[in-house]
Amino acid sequence: MEINDIIKPENKVYGKTPVLKDAVMHYCPGCSHGTVHKIIAEVIEEMSIQDKTIGISPVGCSVFAYNYLDIDWQQAAHGRAPALATATKRLMPDKYVFTYQGDGDLASIGTAEILHACNRGENIVVIFINNAIYGMTGGQMAPTTLLGQVTATTPYGRDAKLNGYPLIITELIAQLEGTCYVTRQSVQNPGAVRKAKRAIRKAFENSMMEKGTSFVEVVSTCNSGWKTSPVAANKWMEENMFPEYPLGDMKDR
Amino acid sequence: MAEKILMKGNEAIAYAAINCGCDGYFGYPITPQSEVMETLMSEKPWETTGMVVLQAESETSSINMVYGGACCGKKVMTSSSSPGISLMCEGLSYLAGCELPCLVVNVMRGGPGLGTIQPSQSDYFQATKGGGHGDYRTIVLAPASVQDMYDYVDLSFELAFKYRNPVMILGDGVVGQMMEKVELRPAKPRRTDEEIRALCDSWATLGKPTSRRGNIVTSLALEADVMERHNIHLQNKYATVEAKEARFETYKTDDADYLIVAFGCMSRICENVVELARQNGIKLGVLRPITLYPYPTKALDALVPQMKSIMSVELNSGQMVEDVRMIANGRVPVHFYGRQGGAIPSPEEIYEAFIKTIKK
Repeated sequence: MEINDIIKPENKVYGKTPVLKDAVMHYCPGCSHGTVHKIIAEVIEEMSIQDKTIGISPVGCSVFAYNYLDIDWQQAAHGRAPALATATKRLMPDKYVFTYQGDGDLASIGTAEILHACNRGENIVVIFINNAIYGMTGGQMAPTTLLGQVTATTPYGRDAKLNGYPLIITELIAQLEGTCYVTRQSVQNPGAVRKAKRAIRKAFENSMMEKGTSFVEVVSTCNSGWKTSPVAANKWMEENMFPEYPLGDMKDR
Repeated sequence: MAEKILMKGNEAIAYAAINCGCDGYFGYPITPQSEVMETLMSEKPWETTGMVVLQAESETSSINMVYGGACCGKKVMTSSSSPGISLMCEGLSYLAGCELPCLVVNVMRGGPGLGTIQPSQSDYFQATKGGGHGDYRTIVLAPASVQDMYDYVDLSFELAFKYRNPVMILGDGVVGQMMEKVELRPAKPRRTDEEIRALCDSWATLGKPTSRRGNIVTSLALEADVMERHNIHLQNKYATVEAKEARFETYKTDDADYLIVAFGCMSRICENVVELARQNGIKLGVLRPITLYPYPTKALDALVPQMKSIMSVELNSGQMVEDVRMIANGRVPVHFYGRQGGAIPSPEEIYEAFIKTIKK
């Protein structure tokens, strides 16, 4: 069989969604961002909402999310994406509005904005990437950094007396009346990717039902920040992150 | 004759916003301007024009809601007072960097810090020289009456969209709280989605049609040459604003030997100072800058040669006087009289201070 006999439309089993641009990603090999971007792009394509979706990118590594998904984007100040999303959704209720935020953006500098947007029940989607470290600025402690975890600003490991405790913010968010769907997912293997994609699709669907805020945490790896290989990062995440940040739905109504 | 209604300056801001087709207001309570949001909430414009009104969790959030709304090509605004405006300065820098239209109303109170709830003009530097980080400018209008508060809302949106730039109405506790008769203007409907698409589709986040790539509203450019080009573009825009949009009023300056420069509520008090001076045979006039940025540099420059001296009168420790001195450029003496902390001088007090400067 010749190669041209194989490359036929009827034999196609997988393709890159056109919602993802043909841009070279700046993310490190092994980083979870690329996978999460891809599944958001696939959900947008499958729901046929590319013309109705507004993304809000954060400050942090994923500030450049706007270079990869071909939709309209707003680039927020650090932590303020939920405020931009609030106004955008209220002024254009027929649009799908989502924020994409890291742990420093959402759970440190932006705690007020995320809690109040969720508490008001804004009909938006929040994608929360928790990799327990600041990637963009070079591996400093995040609010979600684990006790004992070594970072550039906790060189002897995170010490509760010195640095406080990991902020388990998604459980807090789940308690707010304004949220309708709160879940924690991961993307380290094909099964996890499929589950995370289903969660993100449900979150986008919710945002047109006036049910409130949908919040999807994705426990993620930052092998560069963690100073380990992509494979070892996945193992470290499963062994250390999952006990602190257990996967699954916290709320679905 | 158009209808006239007695109202507070802060109420005038709210009524004007609804009347001129504002799409969204996002704010946080702070004295002395809380009547803006209170009036909007009691008027319920979402049931009439469809305008969104939302009480945010902070001024930080308010300005970032304005940022989000402005990204969508909507006419959006917030209002606050001095400490709240300080919190908004980060957002203002982003709005200016992204070249987004919006209106921010500052009903100034005395500072620094929590300061006082009494009127002041001590945010002149913050409003006209930046406030937030980076090389940017905000167009600043200084109302002297409740009618100005009402009229400048529509004017602000016109300027904001013309130049895609934040506009600030820099009022003070006096014009915010006092009541005057206001002549209402014909109502403008809110822009339709189609009108916004026609006006803003080249840059705004309206949802990406298949005919174009996604729009990205951002102020980020990591490459030095790209960032420098953007800065040069902004400076060119500001130069156009400076050439075309300076606004001012004069009071009895034609034959004047002496000049007072004052903005906002102080310009009205200083008109009474002119009358006191003229009763005593001294030809005094007033220049009132309406735009504090762009400053009416040419107007003041043209008046300088005929004056024996100039006095800047402000409710602060001497901020605008720096611009007046720069324009006078040593040609005539420039004096300053100011009050702080909420004290409002009487015409007699200002006249007394003025007489001392000319007897020196």
